[in-house]
Amino acid sequence: MSRMSVSAAIREGMREEMLRDERVIVIGEDLGLMGSPFAITKGFLEEFGPRRVIETPIAESGFTGMAVGAAMRGIRPVVELMYNDFIGDALDPVMNQAAKLRYMTGGQVSIPLVIRAPMGAGRRNAGQHSACLEALFTHIPGLKVICPSSAADAKALIKAAIRDDDPVIFLEHKLLYAKKEEVPDGEHILPIGKACVRRTGSDATILTWSRQVYFALDAAAELERAGVDTEIIDLCTLVPLDWETIKASVEKTHNVLILEEGVKRGGVGAELSAQITEELFDELDSPVCRVAGLNVCSPFSPPLEDAVFPQVHNTVDAVLRLLNRAEAKI
Amino acid sequence: MAKAEVKTYEKAFLLDIYRDMVRIRRFEEKAADCFTKGMLAGNIHLCIGQEGTVAGACKALEKGDYITSTHRGHGHCIGKGAKTNRAMAEIFGKATGYCGGKGGSMHIVDVSLGILGANGIVGAGISIATGSALASKVYGDKSVTLCFFGDGASNHGTFHESINMAAAWNLPVVYLCENNGYGVSVAINSIMKTKTIAVRAKAYDIPGVTVNGNDPLEVYEAVKKAVALAREGKGPSLIECMTYRHMGHYMGDTSWYRPKEYMEEAREKDAIDNFRKYLSGQGVSESKLNSIEQSMYDEIEAAYAFAQESPYPDVETVTQNMYTEENERCVAR
Repeated sequence: MSRMSVSAAIREGMREEMLRDERVIVIGEDLGLMGSPFAITKGFLEEFGPRRVIETPIAESGFTGMAVGAAMRGIRPVVELMYNDFIGDALDPVMNQAAKLRYMTGGQVSIPLVIRAPMGAGRRNAGQHSACLEALFTHIPGLKVICPSSAADAKALIKAAIRDDDPVIFLEHKLLYAKKEEVPDGEHILPIGKACVRRTGSDATILTWSRQVYFALDAAAELERAGVDTEIIDLCTLVPLDWETIKASVEKTHNVLILEEGVKRGGVGAELSAQITEELFDELDSPVCRVAGLNVCSPFSPPLEDAVFPQVHNTVDAVLRLLNRAEAKI
Repeated sequence: MAKAEVKTYEKAFLLDIYRDMVRIRRFEEKAADCFTKGMLAGNIHLCIGQEGTVAGACKALEKGDYITSTHRGHGHCIGKGAKTNRAMAEIFGKATGYCGGKGGSMHIVDVSLGILGANGIVGAGISIATGSALASKVYGDKSVTLCFFGDGASNHGTFHESINMAAAWNLPVVYLCENNGYGVSVAINSIMKTKTIAVRAKAYDIPGVTVNGNDPLEVYEAVKKAVALAREGKGPSLIECMTYRHMGHYMGDTSWYRPKEYMEEAREKDAIDNFRKYLSGQGVSESKLNSIEQSMYDEIEAAYAFAQESPYPDVETVTQNMYTEENERCVAR
């Protein structure tokens, strides 16, 4: 085991894949000398050279489209969007090209493309640099969507994403980059589509991912003091979903809360809630509950921003309400 | 044929070009006929009038080269070697079509032939072509990508973003604009200040030429030169081929928005008619030309019969090919 930050873990994972496979290249803004704004590609230019470290102009649509074209030729591009919000400039190559080309060509092509993008609120970056847009991507058939929380998973999953033959959206929470955690040494790959039980519990299940996993763990510690035993499932991958793990937990706790940083309306939680209600209704002791971001864009001012995304107390309160224990003292 | 006539060409080469142009036109005429008879679903965008550009440009490519195409893409794909029977089957939505019926008229693809696809999004192919050229550079192979796009796409952001990057990095790509004067109903000169699209090449410090797109030999020479530069690592070129779209934007569009002079010019400058005359002047016999036309007529009739007789795709295939590994939960309703 080595102790490293989430950003270092992603960098290590990418570096190992670039060493393993010559076809892996990185494309994006400021990836060269600067090593990307969050230092993910630090040292890559020196190690792999400009042939494989493609530092682009500020042209998200152009370079994302280029990555699709290169992927059609068997290159395995890892594109960095500086912030996931910038997908607004590059949605066509993702939504109409990468996601659809395999299907539309009757399976003739694979698009082994990874699009990495930092996401999330809490860094006071205001409305155009703070969104969690995973719901936008999960809506698009043909994409896989990964939102890791831990350093170990981030490394393992970026490696799996690069090896995957389909387009993968890899969303990294900006507030997790500096988080230092133990990461297994050597080759460690997590399959895409496997959730991870972060805490076992018997009273309620919290389904969550990315940074909210840590909020959920803090909430569970508080809930434990009120005698509530919470199970926390870190979904890791949103498409494809690890239904088996979700199902097993719902069958155990019979109470489900979905915790999501992104906006509530049309969020991933809405879809999860619908699937659970449709397929596991008889298992439920209470309606599926969602705690999610307000349906607004991220404000700049710190007290306003903190009010936008779910805080620990929102989750604690919601779990107690879910269990009809709103009066419980913590 | 002014510029081209000073050169001499092998007769077989010239006949190949003629055959390709006639093949494409017969294909398009058959598709139009089927559409009019209500046999085709959806929409089709025909390239009748633009065959000279396609045939000349594709002739300048090697087998291992790549193309990207547009929504008006039947001709490009046939020009690069797509089989007319599988292309016809695709626009009929049949299982034997290039994409198993999942793509249709705007999405004929055969990657094994270097056809990276027609594309329903105007301008999208420009960045895909540039990415293919990037791939050639990463692999260090000598392949070149020819990017077909229309005058409409030349005002799309991908045009600027892609050509700028290709120029900056000397990528092996040739940008070929088929300027037929109209983006759907909008006259190009009403939305663009420069007299030509090729002049924009100056902004990227790359070669840019405007050629007669109805003269396949003039197109061939321009593309050949650009392909050679690209293959030598000297970067991209922009070639603007002036041509005419005889039909509407799609079948059913009467093009009432165009002045009648447009079609008068188009007919007068028709690539196939004029090339036929040129070939006659080069001593090709009438019977030889007739036999080429007959063989293309027969080929397209056979393609039509193939498409007609082919089965529709099995409905079970509707969820297949979304992902490399089939995952029912990802694709189920």
